[in-house]
Amino acid sequence: MTAARVERRRLPLPFLLLLPSAVFMLLLFGWPLFMGLLEAFRGPDGFTTAHWERMAGEPRFWEAVRNTLLLTAVVIPIQFVLALTMAMLLQAKPRGAGFYFYVWAVPLAISDLAAGLVWLAIFTDLGYLNSTLVNLGFVEQGIAWLNYQNPLSLFMTVVVAEVWRATSLVLIIVVAGMQAIPKDYDEAAQVFGASFWKRLWHVTLPLLRPSLQVALILRTILAFEAFAVAQALTGRNFPLLVGETYEWSVGLQNPAVASAVALVVLGMSMVVAVIYLRALRQPDSVRDAR
Amino acid sequence: MSADHIPGISRRQALRLGLALGVAGPLAAACGGGGFSTSGGGGGDGQLTFMSTQFTPVEEKERFRKILADAFPGPVNYVTNEPGPFATQVRSQVSAGRVEINLLGGIHGDLAPLADGQLEDLTDLVGELSGKGYAEDFLQLARAGTDRTWYVPWAQATYVLAAKKSTLEYLPSGADVNDLTYDQFLSWAQAAAQASGAPQLGLPAGPKGLLHRFLQGYLYPSFTGRQVTAFRSDEAVTMWEYLKELWAVTAPSSTNVDFMQEPLAAGQVTMAWDHVARLVNAPGDAPDEWIMVPAPKGPEGRGYMAVLLGLAIPKGAPDQDRTKELIKALSDARTQAEVLRQNAFFPTVEGDVPSDLPPAIQLEADAVAAQAGSADALVALPPVGLGTRDGEMSKIFKDSFTAIVLQNQDIRATLDAQGAIMQTLLDDAKVPCWAPDEVKAGETCKVG
Amino acid sequence: MSAPAVTPSTVDTSVALPPVDRAPLRRLRRRRVLLQAACVLVTLFMGLPVYLIALAAFSSRATLNEFPKSLLPTGFSVDTLSSFLSSSGVVAAFLNSVVVGLATLVLALLIGAPAGYAVARFAFRGRDTYQLMLLITRALPIVVLSVPLAQLFLTAGLYDSILAVTLVHSALALPTTVLITASVFVSVPRDLEEAAQVFGCTRAQAFRRIVAPMALPGIAAASIFTFVLSWNEVLAAAILTLNNRTLPAQVLTSLADSPIAYRFAGGFALVLPALLFILLMRRYLLNMWGSTLR
Repeated sequence: MTAARVERRRLPLPFLLLLPSAVFMLLLFGWPLFMGLLEAFRGPDGFTTAHWERMAGEPRFWEAVRNTLLLTAVVIPIQFVLALTMAMLLQAKPRGAGFYFYVWAVPLAISDLAAGLVWLAIFTDLGYLNSTLVNLGFVEQGIAWLNYQNPLSLFMTVVVAEVWRATSLVLIIVVAGMQAIPKDYDEAAQVFGASFWKRLWHVTLPLLRPSLQVALILRTILAFEAFAVAQALTGRNFPLLVGETYEWSVGLQNPAVASAVALVVLGMSMVVAVIYLRALRQPDSVRDAR
Repeated sequence: MSADHIPGISRRQALRLGLALGVAGPLAAACGGGGFSTSGGGGGDGQLTFMSTQFTPVEEKERFRKILADAFPGPVNYVTNEPGPFATQVRSQVSAGRVEINLLGGIHGDLAPLADGQLEDLTDLVGELSGKGYAEDFLQLARAGTDRTWYVPWAQATYVLAAKKSTLEYLPSGADVNDLTYDQFLSWAQAAAQASGAPQLGLPAGPKGLLHRFLQGYLYPSFTGRQVTAFRSDEAVTMWEYLKELWAVTAPSSTNVDFMQEPLAAGQVTMAWDHVARLVNAPGDAPDEWIMVPAPKGPEGRGYMAVLLGLAIPKGAPDQDRTKELIKALSDARTQAEVLRQNAFFPTVEGDVPSDLPPAIQLEADAVAAQAGSADALVALPPVGLGTRDGEMSKIFKDSFTAIVLQNQDIRATLDAQGAIMQTLLDDAKVPCWAPDEVKAGETCKVG
Repeated sequence: MSAPAVTPSTVDTSVALPPVDRAPLRRLRRRRVLLQAACVLVTLFMGLPVYLIALAAFSSRATLNEFPKSLLPTGFSVDTLSSFLSSSGVVAAFLNSVVVGLATLVLALLIGAPAGYAVARFAFRGRDTYQLMLLITRALPIVVLSVPLAQLFLTAGLYDSILAVTLVHSALALPTTVLITASVFVSVPRDLEEAAQVFGCTRAQAFRRIVAPMALPGIAAASIFTFVLSWNEVLAAAILTLNNRTLPAQVLTSLADSPIAYRFAGGFALVLPALLFILLMRRYLLNMWGSTLR
């Protein structure tokens, strides 16, 4: 508490540190952002909500909202469990940990386009997955994983591809965060005979909170932005919000409705970010104790 | 871990990191923030910049750059962009009043939306070139629903059927593969599917596929004789019922195929309908095993659609006189024949078809000629005059397909709903109908 | 897949153990095996798609059309890859991409890391608001900003320059840089920093000597994101440049319409430099875990 008050008296420093980034963002994005937002409300005769009605009147829009939320809700928990497991595995220092870490970080380097390409090559009728199944004699002919008549398998392929594509992001943030945790805490807990799960729950995870918070915020926002891989795998059968933004903007050349859809994505992201910031806030007392 | 130990190790590492990062600054400074030229034009002043949505694949781009260099004496930078960034670049440059692109190349659907004030009026230039023998349909498209001409027809293409010769044994008896009816086509696909145990037909129903053109330019004209004015007609319902039957013997994986040449080459399907440029790589090393034939005919004729590429000048572009020289060079019959020979797009000007076409392109050229020359040919145009709302018309056909064929919704109800959307679109744009619908100037097209 | 955390001191099995009780040793061995098995399993999942891209990039066109496909390299060919790499403009675009990537990295860190420190260390009014404002640039699909953004750079006279692309990429990378560095700065024990100040360091010295080195993993993580983002970003590069393009603008855009073999070759060629970058950065990220991870 006292520490916080001390910092408040020296207000100029934090603002000095923040200023460059704020000015930079404002100069670069302020005007385009303003124009982009304006577009969604501007009609030939001034203010209008016609674009919003247009957007809401489109059945695909609601399908896209549902799919985006569903995909995010399914993918993110899987990714966090997987990324934490992976980080724990690394922390246990297996032989070749450096190599493992590298391979696990590699999907980060793959662009959306290449990721969509390779997962399509895996799941398509004559793809690698079916090839392997046939080679191993499990099935005689391939299974139609991407058939639009099997929404479940369609959805699962998108989940697998998204988990693959973006778990590395969480992993790297978590690993970077783990680096900064003093080993003493964990070792002390171990000395006192705390079980693995107890140490995870009471020592590691609380100390990782800042990293997990950041990973959650970034990952959720980026999950709302995903669409290229899903589009490669499912064609038009699994619309996602950002894909619809592109469709309105490029295919339909309607920047106004595209802006409206984009604002929906923005709104969803902001709501989620606020929730995360509040729910995972590091109590100042904890911050000061360290 | 003692506090004085850490900085010792890490400072060295930090230093190395800093060093690595520090390289970037001088590097950026060295090239003055401009960068290295990537357009292959050789650099320097006086070169023209030609931005296009066509010939984007690496090999095609290289070949077209060569054609350009042979056809035009000055240096030309040939830059490609996807349709989205293409439109963005033109619009932002024109509205900022700093146009740096000299020439635009694209399909009708890329250029027509820009006719809302982004393009120079090329009426005089087209008049000058009128002796080249452009088809009247193309000139009408190039006017984009106005009385001015906004682009010069550059090249054309169409859609045909491609199939493995081995499928010919399933052809119904008495059918001529070069003169199929849609019923024979269906029987053919059904027999092929039955014989092999899996659907053998492919249709490009992927997100970037051109299936909507199959509806607009092939099925609708062939079954109803029209496109818009018979959208909800009884004949249209019959047509959609037919398509559902056809879809039953179409590979379901078609819904994520944009280019039919890939599943064809992979043997996933053995017969398909698509754009010629999206079929040309299917025969690969074995053109003898393939046939390409005209699209089938329906009760109202053999509907087919032409794809038109055009050349346009952005409004306020510099160096327009030289750009016009470049357009003229690209409108030369020999240059256009070269584009056909190397990149599989057909000429818009009259001239002899080269005799030394590569086998796959020769297959296409024959099918295209047979299709256009057949007695009951019925040309359909892509929407004329819808401008920026061109894509919305495509969406109506795509959405109808999704609802009726993929989601099995009621045909009549779907057509009524989509027809209403179409009417709103036409009313907003106040455009008359286009071929094959009856064109009545000044009268807004009515969905029938 | 529970991960037994084994303390480093008990890892070294080469040390002769007293023969009294072999059960702990057996348990340890079993743990080691399980640990390796889990690692291999995850590696297969994460690495297989990358392997397949490489496999396809080095396959002949005919091999790609076979079924069932072999998971081992059979029809080796560098045709597609070489025709891809020898196309005009690829070298220049590669250099542009490297310059843009590194310059973006420097710029984003210079601007972002101080802000990250401020967010981590100071309790000030508007901290959440600042973070939210930052996130807006990432949360809004950039495609809707493309026309005004291009206009801005045209008006500023920066159009068709890699500087313009660098600026936009830096702005896009700033949220990740600020947030990730902040998350690591928070974890650096404040006592250390204060102790340094007690012993006579100024705040700046304390930062440089104590905080910065400990935050290196976070800075490395942020750098990876920044570079990879810049390396793979297509849209801004495609709307802001014409003759001075980056590799994705030059190449990725041409992939969509290319035959499948070229798409794999292009995808693979694009991935390589980013892989190299992650390899270089890995050591800084795993800074603290001792020599076994190097």
